[in-house]
Amino acid sequence: MKVHRLWLLTVILFGLICALNAEAKDTGYLFVSSEKDHVVTVLDGKTFKKIKEISTADRPRGMRFSPDRQHLYVACGDGDSIDVIDLAKLEVTDQLDVGDDPERFDLSPDGKLLYASNEDDGLLTVFDLQNRKIIAEVEVGEEPEGVLASPDGKTVYVTSEVANVVHVVATDSWKLVDNIVAGNRPRRLALTPDGKTLWVTNEVSGTVSIVDTASRTVTGEIKFKPKGFRAEDITPVGMVMTPDGKTAYITMGAANHVAVVDVATLKVKKYVLVGRRAWGITLSRDGKTLYVTNGKSDDLSVVPTASLKVKRSIPVGRVPYTVVVDD
Amino acid sequence: MRAIFTFILLACILLSPVQAVEKTFVIGYLELESDPRYKERYSEARYRGQPWGRPFDGAKIALKEVRFAAASAGVKFELKRKIVKDDAELIAALDTLISDGAEHVLVDAPAASINALAKHAAGKAVLLFNVSAVDNSLRQKQCRKNLLHIIPSRAMLMDALAQYLVSSKWRKVLVLQGPRPGDADIYQAFKRSAKRFGLKIVDTKPFKLGRDPRQRSRNNVALLTSGKDYDVVFVADSDGEFARAVPYQIQRPRPVVGSAGLVAEGWHWAWDRHGAPQLSRRFLRKSKRWMTAYDWSAWMAVKALAEAVQRTGSTELNVLKQYLLSEKIVLDGFKGYPLSFRSWNNQLRQPVFLTTGNWVVARAPLEGFLHDKNNLDTLGFDAREIKCQ
Repeated sequence: MKVHRLWLLTVILFGLICALNAEAKDTGYLFVSSEKDHVVTVLDGKTFKKIKEISTADRPRGMRFSPDRQHLYVACGDGDSIDVIDLAKLEVTDQLDVGDDPERFDLSPDGKLLYASNEDDGLLTVFDLQNRKIIAEVEVGEEPEGVLASPDGKTVYVTSEVANVVHVVATDSWKLVDNIVAGNRPRRLALTPDGKTLWVTNEVSGTVSIVDTASRTVTGEIKFKPKGFRAEDITPVGMVMTPDGKTAYITMGAANHVAVVDVATLKVKKYVLVGRRAWGITLSRDGKTLYVTNGKSDDLSVVPTASLKVKRSIPVGRVPYTVVVDD
Repeated sequence: MRAIFTFILLACILLSPVQAVEKTFVIGYLELESDPRYKERYSEARYRGQPWGRPFDGAKIALKEVRFAAASAGVKFELKRKIVKDDAELIAALDTLISDGAEHVLVDAPAASINALAKHAAGKAVLLFNVSAVDNSLRQKQCRKNLLHIIPSRAMLMDALAQYLVSSKWRKVLVLQGPRPGDADIYQAFKRSAKRFGLKIVDTKPFKLGRDPRQRSRNNVALLTSGKDYDVVFVADSDGEFARAVPYQIQRPRPVVGSAGLVAEGWHWAWDRHGAPQLSRRFLRKSKRWMTAYDWSAWMAVKALAEAVQRTGSTELNVLKQYLLSEKIVLDGFKGYPLSFRSWNNQLRQPVFLTTGNWVVARAPLEGFLHDKNNLDTLGFDAREIKCQ
C-alpha cells in the first residue's frame, strides 16, 4: 500500500515536471523485444496498434523497468550491452557495459545494482548503476540464464542451463554459497511473495522444481501434461506469479500452452492454448491480462485471466522474447 | 527468521570447504594415431559428414561444463587420454586405463577396432563409449552390453534423410555408389530407409574417381546422371572427394543428397536453438574450427556420465550403467528433446539434422513421423528390428 502511494506520488510529480510529455508515464504501452530484428516493438495496450519500433543493439532479450518506471533496460546479447530506453522519448538514450553477451538480469530491490547473466562467459556481473561500473563478477556454470534478486537484497539466484544447478550468490561477499541441483536445463526463476519458495523451470526435463529457500533443497516438482503433446514437446520456460502468490502462469514452450498452476497445492488447473513456442510471459498490474510471446509464430498472445482464452494475437518482430507492460 | 537465514547462510559458507574433499572420477579416452580420418589434408578438406579433426576437445569442454554438477556430488572429473599406434596397443592401453581406475572409456576409432576392443573388454569392469563409428554393424550383429553408442548410426542418418525426401515428395532417387566397402554400407543403409519410408530407387550407378576418358561412364557426373529421370541424386561416398563435386554437375536440375548437398548429421554448427550456438562457439574458441557430430559425441559422452553421477550421487560402475540405460535418464544434447539410450542396442536416441554447408534445413524426426513410444525411435533400428547376438 505504502509503495503504491509512493508510486502514485512519483507519477504526479513526474506529471508536473513533464507536463508537455504527459503520456510518457503510465502509458499502458506494451514493449516486446525481438531477438532477430534487433528492435523493441512498442504497442498500444488497448488498441494493440504499433506505436513505434525502437532500434537497439543486436539481439535484445531480457527487459526490465527501472523502479521509477522512467527507463526500460534491455539486455542486448550480441551487442554486448544493456540498452536503456527512455520511456518519455521512446528511444535508446544510454548503453551500459555489463560484459559480453548479457541475456537476462535483475535489479537489486533498491534499484542501485543490476545483476546480469553473461551467457557466453559463464558469469554473473554485478553493475553499479550510479557509478556506472562493474563491481563484481561471479563465475557460474555455462550459459547462465535466469537471474533473480531476493526481496531482502541478500541473495541473487542464477540458473545455469548447462550445469543443471541454481547458483546461490551472497550479496555481501559476491561469492557462490551454494549450488542447488535442479532439473535439466533450468531456465527461469520466480519467488513466492513471502520469499520462502523458489520456482525453477526446467526446459529439457519438462518440469518445475520447487526449492525451499531456507534449506536450499528441492522439496517438490511439478509435471505437465497438456493434451495432445508428447513429453518431449513440454519445455517450460517463462513464469509469472500473481501478486497475491496464489496462482502461477508458466509457458510450455514447444507445447504451445500456458499452464495455470495453483501455488498452494502445486496442481495444474488449466492449460491455455497460445502461439508456437511460448516463452516470455507477463501479467498486467491488475492481474487481469496475461501477455505471452511466441518465438516460432512471431506473435504476442493477449489472454484475459478471467476467461483464460486468447483474445488477440498480435504480430510482432522476428522471434519475440520478452514482453513487459508499462501500466 | 532473519537470524535463522543468516545462520544458515553462515553455516553454508563455513561448511563449504568440506565439499572440497573430492573423489576423482577418471574417464579414459582412447584413440588411434593412424586413424586415416585425422590425416591433416583430409581434415582440412572438411568433407560433409566427416570429422574435421580429433574430437577430444569436445570431451574437454564437457569436463569444464560439468564441474558444478560434479562438485555437488563431491566428485572431480578427470580425463586420461591415450593415443596409440594400432589395435594391439589399443587393447593394452585399455587394460592400463582399467588398472589406473578408469571404469568409463571413450573410444574414438573405426568400427573394427571398437568391436575388437569391446570383445576384449567383455567381463571386465569397464563401460565403453563409441564416439565416432557410425557403422550399423556395431548396433546390430556386433552390439555388446559394455558398449554405448553416442554418435548416431548410419541407419539413423539415412532414416532422417528419407523422412525429409518423403516429406518433400521427392520419391524417385538415383543412387551413385562408390567402390569402397564404406560406400556399400551407406548404400545398404539408404536402401533400408528407402524401403521403410517408401522411396523408389530408380537406378544405382557405380562411380569412380578419375579423369580417364575410357572410364567416363563412371567418372563423369553428367554421364552418370543422364539416364532415367529422378527427383534427387543420392551419393553414397564414405570418403567425400567424389561427392563434393556432384552438385551443379548433374545432367538435370535436381537436388543432390547423401554425402553432398543435403547431408544428415548428428550435429551442425549452424543449429541456432536449444543453446547450441553457445556450445558451438565454446568449441570454436577452443579448437579454432567448427564443431562436428564427432566432437559433439565426445562432449555428450562426458555429459551423460556427469548426469548419471549427479542424479545417482554414485561413482560405482553398475549404478551408473543402470542409470544411463534406464528410462528415467534425461540427457540434454542441446538439440531439443530429452535424450536417452535405447535398451535394445545401447544407442543414444537423438534428433538428426538435415544440413547444407552453412544451415540446418530441418531437424528429424520430422513432423508427422510418429512412433508409438518415442518419436526419436523413428530414426534407426527399433526394438523389433534388432539382430543383437
